[in-house]
Amino acid sequence: MATAKLTFSDVSLTVNVPSGTRIIEISEKVGAGITYGCREGECGTCLTKVESGAENLTEPSVLEQRVLKENMAARDERLACQCQVLGGEIKVRPA
Amino acid sequence: MNTVQPIPRPGPVPVELAPGVHWVGALDPGLRVFDVILRTANGTSYNSYAVRGSGGVAVIDTVKAEFSDAFFAQLEQVARYDEITALVLNHLEPDHTGAVAELLRRAPQARIHVAPRGLDMLRALLKDDFADYQVVKVRTGDTADLGDRTLRFLTTPYVHWPETQCTYLEEQEILFTCDLMGCHFCDERLFNDAVGDFRFSFEYYFDHIMRPFRRHVSEALDLIEPLAISAIAPAHGPVLRSHPREYITHYRRLLTKRLASEVAQKTLLIFYVSAYGATSQMAAAVAEGASENPDVRVSLFDLAVGEVAPFVDLIEEADGIVLGTPTINGDAVKTVWDLLASLVDIETKGKLGGAFGSYGWTGEAVAMVESRLQGLKMRVPVKGIRIKLHPTLPELEDCRDYGRQLSAHLTGTAEPREIDFASL
Repeated sequence: MATAKLTFSDVSLTVNVPSGTRIIEISEKVGAGITYGCREGECGTCLTKVESGAENLTEPSVLEQRVLKENMAARDERLACQCQVLGGEIKVRPA
Repeated sequence: MNTVQPIPRPGPVPVELAPGVHWVGALDPGLRVFDVILRTANGTSYNSYAVRGSGGVAVIDTVKAEFSDAFFAQLEQVARYDEITALVLNHLEPDHTGAVAELLRRAPQARIHVAPRGLDMLRALLKDDFADYQVVKVRTGDTADLGDRTLRFLTTPYVHWPETQCTYLEEQEILFTCDLMGCHFCDERLFNDAVGDFRFSFEYYFDHIMRPFRRHVSEALDLIEPLAISAIAPAHGPVLRSHPREYITHYRRLLTKRLASEVAQKTLLIFYVSAYGATSQMAAAVAEGASENPDVRVSLFDLAVGEVAPFVDLIEEADGIVLGTPTINGDAVKTVWDLLASLVDIETKGKLGGAFGSYGWTGEAVAMVESRLQGLKMRVPVKGIRIKLHPTLPELEDCRDYGRQLSAHLTGTAEPREIDFASL
């Protein structure tokens, strides 16, 4: 199974996860400070800064793009409830 | 919502703030509890404004739905619906948008000016009718042209919702701030130099509405302070036309930290409640371990005998908090929940959190508290410790180690760890 290294820098922890994992599936379990509201990609609460490895995340869906734009997200920010890791190394922290 | 019978008053009359600028809001003197949480001893007002220019009329915010009749009655005295070219929504909370749908039915040509973050809320407000109207997303520096009057927008998010903004009427130097610098105070004399003493209401409103967003309020003031201002027109309470800048200065004062920091160290507060002394022993050991780090100032408090309000002030300035609680009847104790519930009044995002406790049978309290800390947007980097009954010497050493780890995370010296998904 393809895996990825997903690092939550605010809690200094890297988790080896299967490809396809969403950040939301991991971040709460490890105590990272990324927080969630609707958990369905609408509210923008889980805005997350991708410190490195953005290319190792799925492209934002039309819905995620709209929410990112309306929330005036920076170019390196994604919704943790939406994006999935593809492989390689990704480092994130709360926006 | 608690209300008392209002004193009969004359029918609503628009109030002129400046030539072509009218208050067309509503008074709600009978309100006693606003939004479940805020008390008010003399009601509130829902301030809406109409601005007339040579090229059209702008309506800035509306009122709570049940006050729509008063709002429309006043609006009709200063403008025809076909003259309304702009509807400015500085904030989309229901107490300001209760008449929006009906106003748009009467003035469908009005272009709705809203911050980008407000679009999703506007869709929810207008439902299927959303597509029928013209919506303009506005950011800082964007303007709405009313002919000889210009409205300039300032994006001021999180004062106190994500989509909040302010609107500045350039020619008359009036700033419409919605909830910012507002308060729940009802007085038909409307202007700050004419109404009764509203100082308490002003600060109470700040404490309960704006304080959790201190950082964002400061950023909003950064945008506001350079403006020439003849009046501040909020959406609740008095219009601040006399010495308006003093209210900005006062907001700056309210934003300053309640407790000046005496040390350069990181600060860790440990609160505990103990039924038989076990959780208190754990707390002392956690404190010992955390205190080994010279860059962390550790404080230990017995929550059972402390006052909540000063603890909230302390937590607001702290870098981390840890809560020790026994598990009683499958839950953390009420004292702990009371403290946690009080933290909605301050910003806790990004602080370090943790929990520990002794238990008899089940021990759910620690995980419950950790979950709540995460709900408060805190990071909880070290899994909390649960100990059955009184701690043994090795278990007390575990508690010390827990404290050491917390201090390491506070000072950014924690060793990076790597784990597998399967171990979660």
